[in-house]
Amino acid sequence: MAVAIVILLIALGSIAFHFWSPWWWTPIASNWQGMDDTILLTFWITGFVFVAICAFVAYCVWKYRYQKNRIAEYKPEDKKLETRLILITTLGVIALLAPGLLVWNNYISVPDNAYKVEVVAYQWGWKFRLPGKDGVLGKTDIKLINDENPFGLNLEDSYGKDDLLVDEGELHLLLDRPVKFELRAIDVLHNFYVPQFRGKMDMVPGMITYYWITPTRIGEFEILCAEYCGTGHYAMRGLVIVDKEKEYNKWEAKQITFDKMFAKNKNNKNLQLAKNTK
Amino acid sequence: MSDEYEHKLEAKSDYVSDASSGTSASDIDKLPPAELPDQELYHSHSWWTTYVFSQDAKYIGVQYACTAIGTGILGLVLSWLMRLQIAFPGLGLLEPSAYYQFVTMHGMIMVIYLLTALFLGGFGNFLIPLMCGSRDMAFPYVNMVSYWMFLVAVLVLLSSFFVPGGPTGAGWTLYPPQAITSGTPGHNMGIILMLVSLVLFVAGFTMGGLNYIVTVLQLRTRGMTLMRLPLTVWGIFVATILALLAFPALLVGGLMMTLDGLLGTSFFMPAIVSMGEQLKYEGGSPILFQHLFWFFGHPEVYIVALPAFGIVSDLISIHARKNIFGYRMMVWAIVGIGALSFFVWAHHMYVAGMNPWFGFFFATTTLIIAVPTAIKVYNWILTLWRGNIQLSLPMLFSLGFIVTFLNGGLTGLFLGNVTVDVPLSDTYFVVAHFHMVMGIAPVLVVFGAIYHWYPLITGRMLNETLGKIHFWITFVGSYAIYFPMHYQGFIGVPRRYFEIYDSPYIETSTMGLNVFITVAALIVGAAQLLFIYNLISSARLGKKAEKNPWKANSLEWQTPEMPPAHGNWGKEMPKVYRWPYDYSVPGAKEDYIPQNVAPSAVTEAKVEKS
Ligand code: HEM
Ligand SMILES: [Cu+2]
Ligand SMILES: [Cu+2]
Repeated sequence: MAVAIVILLIALGSIAFHFWSPWWWTPIASNWQGMDDTILLTFWITGFVFVAICAFVAYCVWKYRYQKNRIAEYKPEDKKLETRLILITTLGVIALLAPGLLVWNNYISVPDNAYKVEVVAYQWGWKFRLPGKDGVLGKTDIKLINDENPFGLNLEDSYGKDDLLVDEGELHLLLDRPVKFELRAIDVLHNFYVPQFRGKMDMVPGMITYYWITPTRIGEFEILCAEYCGTGHYAMRGLVIVDKEKEYNKWEAKQITFDKMFAKNKNNKNLQLAKNTK
Repeated sequence: MSDEYEHKLEAKSDYVSDASSGTSASDIDKLPPAELPDQELYHSHSWWTTYVFSQDAKYIGVQYACTAIGTGILGLVLSWLMRLQIAFPGLGLLEPSAYYQFVTMHGMIMVIYLLTALFLGGFGNFLIPLMCGSRDMAFPYVNMVSYWMFLVAVLVLLSSFFVPGGPTGAGWTLYPPQAITSGTPGHNMGIILMLVSLVLFVAGFTMGGLNYIVTVLQLRTRGMTLMRLPLTVWGIFVATILALLAFPALLVGGLMMTLDGLLGTSFFMPAIVSMGEQLKYEGGSPILFQHLFWFFGHPEVYIVALPAFGIVSDLISIHARKNIFGYRMMVWAIVGIGALSFFVWAHHMYVAGMNPWFGFFFATTTLIIAVPTAIKVYNWILTLWRGNIQLSLPMLFSLGFIVTFLNGGLTGLFLGNVTVDVPLSDTYFVVAHFHMVMGIAPVLVVFGAIYHWYPLITGRMLNETLGKIHFWITFVGSYAIYFPMHYQGFIGVPRRYFEIYDSPYIETSTMGLNVFITVAALIVGAAQLLFIYNLISSARLGKKAEKNPWKANSLEWQTPEMPPAHGNWGKEMPKVYRWPYDYSVPGAKEDYIPQNVAPSAVTEAKVEKS
C-alpha cells in the first residue's frame, strides 16, 4: 500500500519542486526564446504523461492489490487499445518534434548581416578575433601558430592584416546586432557556452564550427567550456560583455590589429635575440 | 481479442490443438519431433573444473555476476568520492586529475563492466539455457573462455590504477585528441590499458554472444517456438545481436586510437598545438571517432535496457498473476527498438560540430524510437491493471523501475529534440537523464531479478526485511539524487566539472542542493552494502525456498531439482505446450499453468493463446 502512496507523492512532489524550488534557468539574454519555449512545451506534455502514468500505477497497485480469492483478468491482447495508444503517442511526439525542428532550422541558418567573431579555445582559455575594418576574417592555419603569430594567421592573406586580436579572455558584443561565432580550437575539443545565450557548439581542432545569436540584454555573462578538455576544463572561464553602441565602440577602438601585434612581437623577439647574443 | 486474430493464431499453431475439443490426450498434446539429438555435455571431474574452470552456463553466469558486481562496488565507491568533492570542495579531497580519472573509470565500469557484463554474461548465461529448455549453452567451452577473457579485461582495467600517470581521465567517451594529449591525466599508459581492456572485453563478449544466439536459435526444447519464449530471453537475445553489431565499432575505434597514441598515425588527430608545442599529427578527424564511438554507444544503451525490459516484463507478469499484456507487441517493440537504435547515434553529437543538417534526421529517428518505447511502458502498466498484485520484493523493484524509467525516458524527449538539446547538452541535465534511464532503472531491475531468481540459484530466499529497507532507500533515495539534478542543468551547470565554484550565473543555493544530493548518494550507497550483506548471509542462513516459490510458468522453475543440476533436466527433456504467461486462466484450478503442462492435464482451462 505504501508504494501506491509513495508513487503518488513522487509525482506530486516533482510538480511542487518544479514550480516552487528556487532553481530555474538563468534569464535569457539572446534571441533564442524559441528554445525556452520548446522546453516549456516539452515540460507540459511530458509532465502530464508522467503524472498520469504515475497516478495510474498507484491506482492499480491500490485497487488490484493481492487478495487470495481475486482472479486476475485473462486478456492476452487488445488490438484496438494498442492501436489507439500508438496513435496518441505518435501525435504527442509530432507535437514536440515539429516546433523543435523549426527552431533548429533558425539556429543553423545564419542571417546575412551577422557580424563575424572568431572564438579560439585552447587549454585552458579563450581568445577572440574580430574582422576589423574590411569586415572579413583572414585565413588561419594551426600549423602557422607560433610566438609571433599566436592565432596562426596566414601572412599572405591581406584580409587578415586588419583583424583585431583580443587575447584577454574578455569579449564585447554590440547589443541587438546578430553575431556569428566562428569557433576554432587549437589543441583538443572545447565548447563555447554562455548559459544566458542558450547556444552551444563544440570547437574541434582542424575545422571551423559556428552558431549565431543576437544579444538582447546588456550585462556581463560568464563563458564556460562545455566540452571536456582535460584537467583545466572546469576552470576554463571567460567573459562576454554586451554593450550599447558607445561603450562598444570605445572598447573596439582599443583593440590591436594583427599587423601591429605581429610587428611588435617580431620586435620583441629581435630584442630578445639581441639581448641573448650580447 | 478480435476474431480475425484468433484465426491466425490457430492457423499458425497447428500442432497444438484446442484444449476443449474432445480428442484423446495423446492427440491434443502432440508436439513436433526433436530436431537435434540430446546435447552431449562435458562432465567435470575435479573441484577445479566444477567450480573454477566451469563449463556449466549456470556457474559461468554466477562467475560473471560476481565479477561484475565486485567491479560495480568500485564504481560506487568512486561515485562517493566524486560526490564528496562536488559538495565539499573545501575539504580538498581530490585533485582535479583524480576527479577526472574517477569520472572516467566510474562511467566505464558502470556501463560496460557492471551492467553489460551482468545482464548478458550473468543473467544471459544463467537463464537462457534454462528458459529455452536446453541442457547448456551451445558451446560450453567457448563460454568458459568468454568468462576468463572478461576477468582478464577487468584485471587490466584495474591495473591501470597502478601504472605511472594512473588510469585515463578522458571521460568514458574517450574522445580524442584529449584522450592522448598531455592535458589529460593518464594520457599515455592509462588510456592504452583502457583500450586494451576494452578490446579484451569485446573479444570475450563475442564468444559469449555467439553462444547465446546459437543457443536461442538452435537449442530450444520441443514445442518452444520463438513466440513462446519469455520476454527475458527476447530481451537478452536482441541485446546480444545489438552488441555483436555495435562492439566492432568500438573495437576499431579503440584500435585506431591505440595506433594514434603509440605509432603516431593520424586517424583521429588533426594538426594541433598542444601546450604551446606543434605535434606531428596531421589530417585526422576527431569527429570520426565520435561517430564510431556512438555507433557503438547508443546501441549500448539498449544493450543494457533491452534485457532490463524483458526481465521486468516477466517480473511484473508473474507477481501480478496476470499474463503480460500484448506479448506480440512487446516482442516487436524489442526488435523494433533494437533495429532503430542503429539509426539514432548522432543524437549524442548535435552540438559536436558535425554537419548541422544531420540534426533534422537524427532528431526525427530519435523521437520515432520513443513510440515503441512508450508502448512497452503502456503494456507494463496495462499488465498491472486488473491484475492481482503481490507486493513482493521483485514487484516493488519493478514498480520502482517503471517510475524511474518513465522519468528518464521523458527527459530523453528533451534531449532527443535537437533544439532543446542545445542548451541542455553537456550539463547536469544530461547526467540526471542518463543516470535515471540507464543507471538507476536497469539497476532496479537487476535487484528485482536477483530477489526473484536467488532461490533458483541458491535454494534459499533472501531476507525480506533487509530487502524492503534496501528497496525503499534505493528507490526513493536515487530519485532524490537525480530529480533535482535536472534543475542544475537548467541553470547551466556543465557536467564533468571538478569544482562548481561561485559564479554569477549560479545561485548560491545551488551549492546547498549539491550537499543534499551528496548526502542522498552516500545513504543510497550504504544501502547497497546492506544488499551485499543479504546476498552473502542468505546463501547459508536464508529461509529454505520451496520449489517454484513464486508459482511461475517459465521453464527455469520446472527443473527436477532446485537449484537445477548439471544438464538442467535430468533424463527427460521438458516439452513445451504453451506461452509462459498463462496466469489466472479462467476455469483452471491454479492461477498458473507452467509451460510444460500438457493441455490434457488442464482440459478445464479456457486458454486463449498458445
Ligand atoms: C547512486 C549511484 C551513482 C552515483 C552517486 C553516481 C554519480 C556520478 C557522478 C558524480 C558522476 C560525474 C558527473 C560529472 O562530473 O559530470 C557520474 C558520471 C557517470 N555515471 Fe554515475 N553515479 C551512480 C551510478 C551510476 C550507474 C548505475 C551508472 C550506469 C550506467 C552510471 C553511469 C555514469 C556515467 C556513464 C557517467 C559519465 C562519465 C563521464 O562523464 O565520462 N552511474 N556518476
Ligand atoms: Cu573544456
Ligand atoms: Cu543515444
